[in-house]
Amino acid sequence: MSALPRATELGLIGCQVCGLVCRDAPADGASRDEMACPRCGSALHRRKPASYARTWALLIAAFLMYIPANVVPIMRTASLNDIDDNTILTGVVELWVKGSPYLAVIVFTASIVVPMLKFLVMGTLLVSSQRGSGWAQSQRTKLFRLVELIGYWSMLDVFVVSLLTALVRFNLLSRVEPLPGVIFFGLTVVLTMLASMSFDPRLIWDGWDTDD
Amino acid sequence: MDLASPQALLICEYCDTVYRRRTLARGEVAQCTCCEAILERHHGLSVNAMLALVLTAMIVFVLANMWPIVTLGLNGQYSSTTLWGMIIQMWQQQAQVVSVLAAATLFFFPLVKMLSLGWLLWFGRQGRRAPGFVPIMVTLHYIGPWTMSEVFVLGALVAIVKARVYFEVVADPGIYAYAVLTLLITIFASVDVRQLWDLTTEAPA
Repeated sequence: MSALPRATELGLIGCQVCGLVCRDAPADGASRDEMACPRCGSALHRRKPASYARTWALLIAAFLMYIPANVVPIMRTASLNDIDDNTILTGVVELWVKGSPYLAVIVFTASIVVPMLKFLVMGTLLVSSQRGSGWAQSQRTKLFRLVELIGYWSMLDVFVVSLLTALVRFNLLSRVEPLPGVIFFGLTVVLTMLASMSFDPRLIWDGWDTDD
Repeated sequence: MDLASPQALLICEYCDTVYRRRTLARGEVAQCTCCEAILERHHGLSVNAMLALVLTAMIVFVLANMWPIVTLGLNGQYSSTTLWGMIIQMWQQQAQVVSVLAAATLFFFPLVKMLSLGWLLWFGRQGRRAPGFVPIMVTLHYIGPWTMSEVFVLGALVAIVKARVYFEVVADPGIYAYAVLTLLITIFASVDVRQLWDLTTEAPA
């Protein structure tokens, strides 16, 4: 594809934390595991340690949380004569019908599309990189950046429920309470963020030319 | 292989491609030819300008946390909340996980971020490294993705629209302060904090 040198070929490591270009050689008498960035002191690794295992584990954990997050109601609205439990999806539908369709689209994107996209993209990236696939590397890297960029917007619904809980407190007349679904959802977001952080995008490029 | 100085090179953190670094002109952006990641931007903001932004953000942050965000009215009864009112309420309603998440991503992490940036920039004005420079820079790197004030603003908007169906809604000053804070965060988003490593000298650490 291109003749540009890669850091592993030149015996260099870019520090994950501060970006400094370091030599891939332990100091005298030290083992490879003890290499540290001379500028910020963070541990130096050619690739993030156990990236595949960690990312898989976090992604699967996130998915397991995602199921109750969607099935279990996230919020209860109670008034004098009725009690209404909302899941994420019914919340979106209600917003569409009674409030603003535009906002409903935003909430739908943040709460449903983004998490699904994350599972799909991260799963695809993991499988294709583990097989050393040379397919669409540039595009796959861009997908990863997209996931990194939009991931945290999924917290939207969690904040909406929190605010409504704090605001709608009119004793018997009207109350909003959080239900366990919102906890599962919050955990899903955190776990998917941790998953994308533990994935090393350089693995996407490793299959084709650096395996020795 | 000659590597005069490690700062002369640049490694793309997404695909590991190595580049020779060159000085960027105003508005220029160095982009990886391999995966199109942004390697480096010319920093249009001076250290003083960044410090001014951080100080402004701190003031706005204090206001955003003090003032109520929204008030709801129902048959002459009114109910309003601040960020901390929300955090405490979630804790009392058996959603402690959410309460802790909100406190961390909306209060503690943004606060730590602003205080440490302010501290580093204050010393950076004279090209010096602040006491604790290295651990603070490392901390900033790790808490970077965990500040969510801009998501909260959108969340408040959604909550208002949802509540408007049943209640009288009054937007309070807090929500405006949050909107301004989001604006400041957006301006700051293009600033690569890592440039502070190069802007300041190590010597008198």
